[in-house]
Amino acid sequence: MTLTAGVETRFGALGANANRPDGVAKVQGGFAFSSDMWAENMLWGATLRSPHPHARLVSIDVTAAWSIPGVECIVTAEDIPGEPNYGLIMQDQPVFARVGDTVRYLGEPILAVAADHPETCRRALAAIRVTYEVLDPVIDAERCIDGTAPPIHPQGNVFRHQRILTGDQSVIGEIQVEGTYEIGMQDQAFLGLEAALAVPDSDGDGVELYVATQWLHEDRKQIAACLDMPSDKVRLVLGGVGGAFGAREDISLQVHTCLLALRTGRPVRIAYSREESFYGHVHRHPATIWMRHHADATGRILRIESRMVFDGGAYCSTSPAVLINAVTHAQGPYKCDNATIDGWALRTNNPPCGAMRGFGVVQACFAHESQMDKLAAATGMSPVEIRLRNAMETGDRLITGQIVDSVAPVTRCITETDRIPLPEPLRDDAHELAVPGGTGLTARASNIRRGVGWGVSIKNLMYSEGFDDYSTARCRIADGAVHVKFATAEVGQGFVMLAQQIARTVLGVDDVFLDPIDTQVGSAGSTSASRQTWMSGGAVDAACRAVRDELLDRVANDRGLVRGELQIEGTNIVDSLTGTTIPVTEVVGKYDIDHTVEYRHPATEDLDEDGHGNCHVAFAFVAHRAVVDVDPDLGLVKVVQIATAQDVGRVLNPLSVQGQVEGGIAQGLGLAVMEEIIVTDGKVKNPSFTDYLLPTFLDAPTVDMVLIEEHEPKSPLGAKGVGEPPCISVTPAIANAIRNAVGRELPRVPVRPYDICL
Amino acid sequence: MRPRSVDHLLELLADTPEVSVLAGGTDMMVEINLHGRRPGTVVPIGALEELRHWEHHTRLGTVTIGAAVPYADMETGELAELVPALAQAARTVGSPQIRATGTIGGNLGTCSPAGDILPVLGALDGVIHVRHRDHSRDVHLSDFMTGVKRNALRPGEFVHSVTVPVINGWQGYAKVGTRNAMVISTASACLVHDADRGHVALALGAVAPTIIRATQTEAWLSTRVDLRGSFRVSRETTEEFGRRAASETSPISDHRSTADYRRHAVSVLARRLLERSAA
Ligand SMILES: Cc1cc2nc3c(=O)[nH]c(=O)nc-3n(C[C@H](O)[C@H](O)[C@H](O)COP(=O)(O)OP(=O)(O)OC[C@H]3O[C@@H](n4cnc5c(N)ncnc54)[C@H](O)[C@@H]3O)c2cc1C
Repeated sequence: MTLTAGVETRFGALGANANRPDGVAKVQGGFAFSSDMWAENMLWGATLRSPHPHARLVSIDVTAAWSIPGVECIVTAEDIPGEPNYGLIMQDQPVFARVGDTVRYLGEPILAVAADHPETCRRALAAIRVTYEVLDPVIDAERCIDGTAPPIHPQGNVFRHQRILTGDQSVIGEIQVEGTYEIGMQDQAFLGLEAALAVPDSDGDGVELYVATQWLHEDRKQIAACLDMPSDKVRLVLGGVGGAFGAREDISLQVHTCLLALRTGRPVRIAYSREESFYGHVHRHPATIWMRHHADATGRILRIESRMVFDGGAYCSTSPAVLINAVTHAQGPYKCDNATIDGWALRTNNPPCGAMRGFGVVQACFAHESQMDKLAAATGMSPVEIRLRNAMETGDRLITGQIVDSVAPVTRCITETDRIPLPEPLRDDAHELAVPGGTGLTARASNIRRGVGWGVSIKNLMYSEGFDDYSTARCRIADGAVHVKFATAEVGQGFVMLAQQIARTVLGVDDVFLDPIDTQVGSAGSTSASRQTWMSGGAVDAACRAVRDELLDRVANDRGLVRGELQIEGTNIVDSLTGTTIPVTEVVGKYDIDHTVEYRHPATEDLDEDGHGNCHVAFAFVAHRAVVDVDPDLGLVKVVQIATAQDVGRVLNPLSVQGQVEGGIAQGLGLAVMEEIIVTDGKVKNPSFTDYLLPTFLDAPTVDMVLIEEHEPKSPLGAKGVGEPPCISVTPAIANAIRNAVGRELPRVPVRPYDICL
Repeated sequence: MRPRSVDHLLELLADTPEVSVLAGGTDMMVEINLHGRRPGTVVPIGALEELRHWEHHTRLGTVTIGAAVPYADMETGELAELVPALAQAARTVGSPQIRATGTIGGNLGTCSPAGDILPVLGALDGVIHVRHRDHSRDVHLSDFMTGVKRNALRPGEFVHSVTVPVINGWQGYAKVGTRNAMVISTASACLVHDADRGHVALALGAVAPTIIRATQTEAWLSTRVDLRGSFRVSRETTEEFGRRAASETSPISDHRSTADYRRHAVSVLARRLLERSAA
């Protein structure tokens, strides 16, 4: 890995590596994930789910379950005191399906039980008789567009329709390329399964919920509405989170657990199995995208046309926002003046889809990067040339009319990636595990063809479309130490470490204590949209600065120094007038200082009917070059190397950035060649890690990365979010490399072996 | 119930109805945790030394492997040199954790058409030693495996060990899956060239309800090529060998793959294994 050295090199400060506060515990196995939580006198909860993708719920008979010793509580839709439905954007998803109403996906919760043991729960669920009148599932999203599918929900089958009409709609290119691309349903596949522990207040008026989530305050809002409680009676504490990737944005077991705890007056814990997890959270939208690019003879893009169809499954979740990301990123990181885009997010009886790392841009990028290679071929240019020919720059206008005022080093991303040396050719005597097929010993080097492919992407950062997006942080000097508090969900990305790095840098101390992550402070917003380093980092930075300013005020005052001459350098307060230095540790014990700050990013706007408006905050860019070895006869693939140059603004922690880049690449590789939830007639065929395949160590490529540091002036720390970009264009880069190796169109990911060889 | 010896185990098996043998547990625990299997009485056999042993009978030219020998013991070392195809198949099973505990007896107990050890036993004409308190019998894989996850074990019986010949000639195993390690077989093949007898045996996995021997294809090859000692084959022959092998299969389409792909993959594997054996 090549890294530009940071300015600050003090270990643990911004720009340097640091020790994660949760690191040792995680490595040694002592870290308590939410599935490890336990309370005295605790009951276990479990959820009964619909076995049908679409059915009328005729009746529920729980009599037999009640006769099982150890069963303490059964809750159904009738027991919900408040709002019966929840949802992030549209409150259309029932906490439990109601008798007389319909179930809309396989796995929809019907009721929950609490009992003295998980096995008792299992027996209770088996004893409950539910009568369904099975209905034909609506599984074809196209039928929701043409209206031939019956509405499966009172709010209709269209979550959102958005077009973008920009510039001259009649522009026809001398060169035109087109294709219809398909993206399969990917799962976030976090390792830490859904789990929560609800502890009722002794008076029964409130509840405390320990839960693995991405956004404590949004969960609280939705839970409080369903429980019909004031939000201060619902207190959330972050349970140890083992990955999220978007799958914890929607609530799943939160209301169920709280209801059971409030009804029984005892702590209740629910923990999903891997199979239940596949039914318990939303997935990445499968999509079908048609695109046509118009270009002149020199390869300059003149107009893009696209029709995007996103299958949102049974409930809305974040479908409208995912769709907006897709349509507004249809052009990719390229200049384009004219566009004709039509996008749909639709309701079907397939599994609900919502947020996943890359959030709509993954799908759009697979389409536009597939198109760029077709355009390269049609113009006789190389994949690199065609991309450089069209590369976007700061100041360019998006098809929404928004000016890209972020740092936009697209050309540098491409050229720096291009400069990374290619790997050695596959040698005849290559180690058997280095060849596609791996341990299966299916091929020798002579059976293999190598391919190279490119992908480049643009990704919006933070929440869009007028959302009041903010984060809160509190910094205190008390008892001689620095304390930082925030409600930012630490999902594995390392914000806890970054917060300490910020405080160390701003306040010049080495020890920074973090308060528990809970709802006892204002919202931090969601750990998603690559936003927390910018947003919560901005809030922590601002809170620490406020504390620092007051500290220096008081030191100046108490010691008769000139305030304007004092600043913190390293771990000392330096008086530039006299040159004297005072170690910060010497003064922190003397003061109590406390500041809470909310950080907001610049406001954004809604899109209008024609898809115009400054709807996004900022953008990050990345290029990927994939080298793959393919066995054309068996259709097996080994990704040999991913070269990447990513626009990161500023590296705040080199190891963390490297982790995000490598992890994102592994996830994008998964979508390219193996990860797919297979759904037939509304039924998930592979809800297990036996059959939902994730890349193993042997599938992971060498990653050679360059981090491009051009400080982003709009960002409080100069850094851009780095979480999503790594997983976006790597998928089409790999697909393009396979296409390059075998000469097939391969319009769909994951690319399956039989797509290559049959 | 914990058996003290193989004899004690045989008593327990004969006397206890509804008893299940537990070896490495890598299949059984999945059955219990995920598929609601509730075994009545469980008898763990992993601690019985006699079953964790393998032995080379130099005079007979065979190797006998105890049912509770884990894959990790087959991957490398002397056993791997004596029966290379077994080592290659063992190396494809699951992850290091699974290979440390999963056993050959468990693979036979489960008898999945995708079981990786089974094609090796098929191609080697291995003998499965089945023991009962009151009798013992030796069974070939083709008689042992009676269907998808069904075997010929009768109440009170268990697999004590298997015996395979040490063969002079090339042998190898190849397995297709959608990732480069730790994957259930989509299609697999084991080819064994017996240079002394002048025969090539080919067993195929995951392309029929049981492991199958491509006997017609084997016979066809014998008529085309003199397989005594080292041999050469033309590209045309290897391709025809692959095509013929595929035509002996009856694969299914499921969420893991399609029947067409399985048939195609097995033809490629058969062709490549024959090429390797001739090289
Ligand atoms: C993550 C994972 C990956 C896997 N990958 C593979 C793979 O790649 N290839 C593959 O082939 N398998 C794979 N398996 C399946 C499993 O590991 C193998 O089938 C293994 O050989 C089972 O052996 P065991 O000792 O664990 O059997 P157990 O689980 O102990 O037993 C399995 C069955 O066999 C019976 N049994 C055990 N021993 C005997 C005996 N001596 N006589 C009679 N019956 C017996 C048991 O009663 C039980 O019904 C995988 C399993 C897991 C969990």
